[in-house]
Order: sequence, then structure tokens, then C-alpha cells
Amino acid sequence: MAKVIVVTSGKGGVGKTTTAANLGAGLALLGRKVCLIDADIGLRNLDVVLGLENRIVYDLTDVVEGNCRLRQALIKDKRTDNLFLLPAAQTKEKDAVSPEQMLKLTEELREECEYIFVDCPAGIESGFKNAIAGSDEAIIVTTPEIAAVRDADRIIGLLEAAGLYDPRLIINRIRPQMVRQGDMMGIDDIIEILAIELLGIVPDDEDIIVSTNRGEPVVLDRRSQAGQAYNNIVRRLEGIDVPLMTLEEDGWLTRVKKAIMGRS
Amino acid sequence: MDFLKQLWNRDAYSSKDIAKERLRLVLVHDRVNVSPNLLEALKEDLIEVISKYMEIEETGFEVNLDKSDNQVALSANIPVKRMKRAIASTDKG
Repeated sequence: MAKVIVVTSGKGGVGKTTTAANLGAGLALLGRKVCLIDADIGLRNLDVVLGLENRIVYDLTDVVEGNCRLRQALIKDKRTDNLFLLPAAQTKEKDAVSPEQMLKLTEELREECEYIFVDCPAGIESGFKNAIAGSDEAIIVTTPEIAAVRDADRIIGLLEAAGLYDPRLIINRIRPQMVRQGDMMGIDDIIEILAIELLGIVPDDEDIIVSTNRGEPVVLDRRSQAGQAYNNIVRRLEGIDVPLMTLEEDGWLTRVKKAIMGRS
Repeated sequence: MDFLKQLWNRDAYSSKDIAKERLRLVLVHDRVNVSPNLLEALKEDLIEVISKYMEIEETGFEVNLDKSDNQVALSANIPVKRMKRAIASTDKG
């Protein structure tokens, strides 16, 4: 039975697209057939995060409008056999697609794939409504900042109102050092406030920037902390009980360096 | 001295705690705004409970959330018409 999972956050820039790309790539590595839908019409980005920007011929709007068949628009990933991308249109308006059309599209994709991730645009307007229209489950991405957590709370309410219950949370860009110093909300603080199930945590890791520069999901890089974090989340989605990773802090040398740089 | 003071303050009330407290307050309001039905439902439940003990004027019944600097208070304005003479049963086994 295929699952359609929307990756959403309310606030922009918290890591929805990176999360969708990494969960998709990670599940594909485990042999699952996965499709990623970029629902951010007009501001597509999932293609560049996956390094597939040069292969786009048709997009989501083309499929919905009947300009091509669904299979023609699906782009196969470079590195993994079972990963496909349905890119967003870059030149169309957000309301070029309706929730009914999105529902129909996801139903059609269920025939093809085991996991379908919908990368939701920021905001709570039509793009959000489209993205959740065909979804059975929701993953909320947040960062340990007031604005991101506040928006996450609002999204939880809107998802419930739309009949999508029990979303799961990914806390992104945690900086263990700052949490320890009392200058960043920790996992427990955020879970206490939002009162939803924690799916995973991802440390703030420079490897993500490097891998995004290259157009390769960080989950493929097993040496990186963020890659491991995404891999843990992927296995949890598969129903495996994986303990939360312990976040490594900087070594003493790096700490001294940062302290000196910070004071100067 | 100022430096020491800063260090001390930081330990006493970290910026994380400030963030959490601000978030808690802002969410009380956000959540009510997301579901305007919530206060209405609360009002109906309150009427039901209070009516066991006294007769109240339902039309003048007001429930609000008042926000001041660092707390949110639930306030209710409930016009009482008359008290009931005795409470039927106070023991609830």
C-alpha cells in the first residue's frame, strides 16, 4: 500500500526541500520505489537539490493539464534506480493546479510507487492546500527558533482541520553546543510545546551545504552526521526502532577557536 | 563587573527560557484564533456546569482571553439571576 506523505512547515527556509530529497533518496537506497513531488509551483527547488535540473522536460502542471502523460514527466534520479522526481512548473501561477487535480495525481502515482513525498511550499495558502490534498500523512519540519515553532503549531492546527491527524516532527539544524549552553531550545522543549510525535532530529551540519552545492543528497554520505540523521529517520519510516542519535559537540580545539573568534 | 553580571544573568535566565516563555504565550493566542469554536465550546460547557448551581443569564455570558505582559488570563463575565437553594448531591462516590 503506497503512502503519500507531505513535508510541510509553514515557515520557509527550515529545510523542507532538503528533508524531502533526503528521505526520498534514503528510502530508494533501501530498495523502495519513491516519487518526490515538488508542489512549490513557481519556485521549484527540489530539482536542484537532487541535481536533476538539466533533465526536466515536462512538469507537474503539464501532467495536470494533460500536455503529457505522468510517466513522461517523471525524472529518474542519477544515482538511485528507484527514485523519481515530478518537478514543479517554474513559470506558472500557484493556482494553476487545484486540490482535486493534486488528489487525482497522487492517486495515479500510488500505482507506481511505494512512497510519495510532496514537498510543500511555505505558507498556508493555495499551495499548502494543494500539497496536502492527496496526502495520508504529514511530516512537519521545524528549527529550534520561535518563528519556526510557532508556524509549525499553526500548521498542525490546519492539518487537523483538514483531517490529517498525528503529524510527525523533524527538528532540523540543532546546534548541540548552543542547546547545552541554554541558548537554543532543545528537543524536549519543542516537543513539550508542540505535543506531537518526534520523527527525528538533524544537526546543523556544514555537509548539507556542501552536498546541496553538488546536487547530491547528504544521506548518501554516511560519514556525515546529517546523513546519518536522515538515514535514521528513513529507517523509522520503515517501522524500524532506531534510537535518537547523540549529537556530537565540537572538539575542544574547535571550541577554543570559536571562543577566540567570537570575542575578537 | 558588568561582564560578571552578564555571565550571571545568562546563567540565571538563559535565552532559551526566554524563547520558550514567549512562544508559550504567543501560542495561547494563536491557538484560540485558529479555532474560534474553542471559546464557544468552552462557554457552552461552562453554562452547563454553572447552571447546576445557579441560574445564569446566558445572553450576557462572556468568555475572553486577556493578555498582559507576561501572562494570559481566562476571564468570564457571568450574570447570575438567582442561586439555587441547595445542591442536590455533593458526594461523588
